[in-house]
Amino acid sequence: MANLFPNALVLSAFEQLGSVGLLFFRTMKNLFRKPREHQTLLQQLEEVGVRSLPVVSLTAAFGGLVFGFQMYVGLHRYVGPGSEAYGGPIITLSLAKELIPILVGLMISGRVGSSMAAEIGTMKITEQIDALHSLGANPIRYLVVPRALAGFFMMPCLVLYGDIIGILTAYFYNVMLMGVNRVIYIQNTLTYLEIWDVATGLIKASVFGVVIAIVGCWQGMETEGGAEGVGRATTRTVVISSISILILNFFISKLLPATLRGG
Amino acid sequence: MIRVIDVHKSFGQKEVLRGVNLNIEKGETMVVIGQSGSGKSVLIKHLIGLLKPDSGEIYVDGVEISRLNDDALMKVTRKFGMLFQGAALFDSMTVAENVRFGLERYTHLCEDEMRKRVAESLALVGLSEAECLMPHELSGGMKKRVGLARAIAYRPEIMLYDEPSTGIDPIRADAINDLINKLKCDLGITSVVITHDMVSSYKIADRIAMLYDGKIIEVGTPEEIRGSQNAIIQQFIHGQADGPIKD
Repeated sequence: MANLFPNALVLSAFEQLGSVGLLFFRTMKNLFRKPREHQTLLQQLEEVGVRSLPVVSLTAAFGGLVFGFQMYVGLHRYVGPGSEAYGGPIITLSLAKELIPILVGLMISGRVGSSMAAEIGTMKITEQIDALHSLGANPIRYLVVPRALAGFFMMPCLVLYGDIIGILTAYFYNVMLMGVNRVIYIQNTLTYLEIWDVATGLIKASVFGVVIAIVGCWQGMETEGGAEGVGRATTRTVVISSISILILNFFISKLLPATLRGG
Repeated sequence: MIRVIDVHKSFGQKEVLRGVNLNIEKGETMVVIGQSGSGKSVLIKHLIGLLKPDSGEIYVDGVEISRLNDDALMKVTRKFGMLFQGAALFDSMTVAENVRFGLERYTHLCEDEMRKRVAESLALVGLSEAECLMPHELSGGMKKRVGLARAIAYRPEIMLYDEPSTGIDPIRADAINDLINKLKCDLGITSVVITHDMVSSYKIADRIAMLYDGKIIEVGTPEEIRGSQNAIIQQFIHGQADGPIKD
């Protein structure tokens, strides 16, 4: 019996992986097939993108502030007074490459992924997904493809927006509040920051967007057992997509080149 | 028109259908009766391709549908309209948008024709005034009628009704029975009705099939079913607690 437990766990993990993999494959297969659900896509672009702006603004603003603050403290303490102005490139690089994509990814998995799971889960238990099928709408094409596309396109926009907010608030803390030399701060940032650093964050954001959408839709479609099942699907979506984001972030960072300057 | 041949279906360890055989002729109303949880809804979902059998075959107009891919299956589902047990209206859409959903996908009607068809379908179920309402503003009976309007809007050849009278008062239930009969007479629609309501069954059925223990145990006209010698059928149609059906 003791041996059976881990085996069952491994089997179940593979089963889940197969199930989400199959949904991803079917989504890719339906990506370019007609009829395209333009109306649903527009709704999802608004839901994932526009409606997430307030939460992304707050997250990026305070992420930038706290990171700017800690960088100031760190440089002041270990390198010495005056060195804080050299924190600009480090702050900007870290925010654009790692911190903002991850923070935005986690916030969107909580806000959008959970709502996708709840909406599709409710549709599943009230037979609305069956109704879609009976009325000639392929549920993958109607529900999953627009959400995956919205995640793919809107997440980089949100991260880029978050980058700007985060970099500005870190600048605000260091230069405006703490009196760090503005010219050196900006000059260093512009000298050492590459477009590729920002692009890396945007590539990650697209991957995270698809992961959040696919996990949310997958959990929604697997929902069983009424309101309790919807609650479970919602929670699992946030947990699975958050963990996936953290793990994928590491591997994408390792796989993508650190710089394109040949260094 | 529809032939179900030796269909088996299990969910995990639970064997729900254990060799169902059923023929449904064009233009007839076939009522499938059986206890709650006997697999009636599972059977009806096989007919429209929502579920695939573990084994067995399902023919619709000579096409075996259980092995079709998604796109080929969509061409077959065009023939069907389905009224779901809980109506399954789309929460985020108005009544009119719900009714035109199938029209947009299954027909090539222009905007004016579509609007006219939506109005006609809602008038047929007595809900002309409900076009702009949202599903949460409707009563259970109204939802069922909107679900029916949505299903018939694109003029399907076959209607599937999953428990059409469940959850609504007897007067509304009878109105839906009249509507099912009217659709059959006016539009020549073939109907498959899943129910355990014997009053409705006798009123609308051309033939009645009893599903018990995963199999169709008898098929006959309402008179033949009333006069059946099968103790299981007699117990079920008279709603008796004592008899061969134990749970």
